[in-house]
Amino acid sequence: MTPTPRFLLANRFRAAFALRVLLLALLVFATACKKTEAPAPAAMAAKAETLVVFAAASLRESFTAMGEDFKRTHAGLQITFNFAGTQELRTQVEQGAAVDVFASADQRHMQELVRAGQLAEPATFARNEPVIVVSREAASSVHALADLANTQRLVIGSPEVPIGRYTLQILDRAAPSLGAGFRSKVEAHVVSRELNVRQVLTKVKLGEAQAGIVYRTDAQTTPDLAVVPIAADINVIAEYPIAVAVKAPHPSVGREWVTYVRSAAGQAALARAGFLPPISPN
Amino acid sequence: MQRSVLVVLGAILAAFLALPVIALFATATIADLSSGLQHPLVWPALRLSVLTTSISTAIAVLLGTPLAWILATARGRFFGLLETLLQVPIVIPPAVAGIALLLAFGRRGLITSALCPDGCSITFTTSAVVLAELFVSAPFFVQAATSAFRRVDSQLVLVAQTFGASPLRVFFRIAVPLAMPGIVAGAAMSWARALGEFGATLMFAGNLEGRTQTLPLAIYTALETDLRAAQALSIGLVIVALTLLVFVRATLRGSRASWEAPP
Repeated sequence: MTPTPRFLLANRFRAAFALRVLLLALLVFATACKKTEAPAPAAMAAKAETLVVFAAASLRESFTAMGEDFKRTHAGLQITFNFAGTQELRTQVEQGAAVDVFASADQRHMQELVRAGQLAEPATFARNEPVIVVSREAASSVHALADLANTQRLVIGSPEVPIGRYTLQILDRAAPSLGAGFRSKVEAHVVSRELNVRQVLTKVKLGEAQAGIVYRTDAQTTPDLAVVPIAADINVIAEYPIAVAVKAPHPSVGREWVTYVRSAAGQAALARAGFLPPISPN
Repeated sequence: MQRSVLVVLGAILAAFLALPVIALFATATIADLSSGLQHPLVWPALRLSVLTTSISTAIAVLLGTPLAWILATARGRFFGLLETLLQVPIVIPPAVAGIALLLAFGRRGLITSALCPDGCSITFTTSAVVLAELFVSAPFFVQAATSAFRRVDSQLVLVAQTFGASPLRVFFRIAVPLAMPGIVAGAAMSWARALGEFGATLMFAGNLEGRTQTLPLAIYTALETDLRAAQALSIGLVIVALTLLVFVRATLRGSRASWEAPP
């Protein structure tokens, strides 16, 4: 691209020149973006290997602790965790994020990604049990799932997020024992349908809501809230699957991470955070 | 040539700002858009958004205009400090704003225990949505109105006072009309900010369809299941905001023309 001699430039030529420079800049930018995709993993492997793990937000404490332990047996390895809601993580993977291992709080998102050819053979590594958390002021009046029908301010998850879906399933499954209208009686007291489970917890913690339904692992982070379990025949237990990405930059260390999570040491760390073991290791 | 350097630098930012908005429109098909607009969350959310942002903007203008006039005309370190303090809601993250609102007006809030000892609360109500929007958007209005008042010729105010005009008369007959373009622009900016408000609302007012679920909350809710629907809703929100901005620019141009016309 050769610019016209400067002294000859009229106004509109200047504008045209500016436009061409801009287009060139965009082109350079676009090609630069494309190029970084291919050589980056190789360059990174030459320095120090970095394992990239995408994990559901509820795995933060246990995975971080496991990461420290895992690095002790893998000298020079770096682990980058990306903790977020499973839906957000799924969108990032679909948009081409470089990921080695994906740990989901929900079977559905995992299956969608497997079907799309992004992930290979998932395995369930943990389960998480929904429980009722009760604020201090309501602790004396909520002792069982049935009491939710008489709670004044109840906060649950939005039906679009896993905890909200499980909550509605639990309320439906309670119909035979607590009456057909149980779900609508409870929903009449719902003051907010939160977009993630930590928001449900926060609202109960601050006393804005009297009670809410969260996972056992969330309840365990807040010792000052009363926890009321839900009967096993009614409860819907969340299953956490894990899988290595098909296009993983570091597939072998990724597989080792999955093995570690499912090992006795990994399971012990998960149990400390409040997770249940998978029903049958597959 | 030297101008083209400035053009290129400016064009880089312009392209950066415009591209995501263009992508939002360009990657959606008409079918996506129409199915997105038929999403059950859309209309209650849109209605609620329009209602609450209208109220919050009205409150911001009603109370913010006198405040801006005081800030613009008062002297002293206290008012300088106050002006800075009133800008804080602009820089704090919205979710933190939501926590702050809960700690102030929530069930165990700072003033709730004094106002109403048996534990009433406006959390989870439509009023809470208005408060959250007011909190994050009013500082924009106050800032714009204050600088508009500062540009009012102090000679004119002085002359009016010499002729015996009362402070209120000076405010309504001189300051406000002269600062009107700035006030309108500030109101529009504050309205647009309120329309996009998400974090503080979610934290302080919760998310319940028809009562506290505004358009940004509906978009985020839809995003959990359906990116396409969320995109269609986002386009709807952008169109509403764009209409508003175009309307305000037209109003401003009209008013400026009438004010700046030679006598």
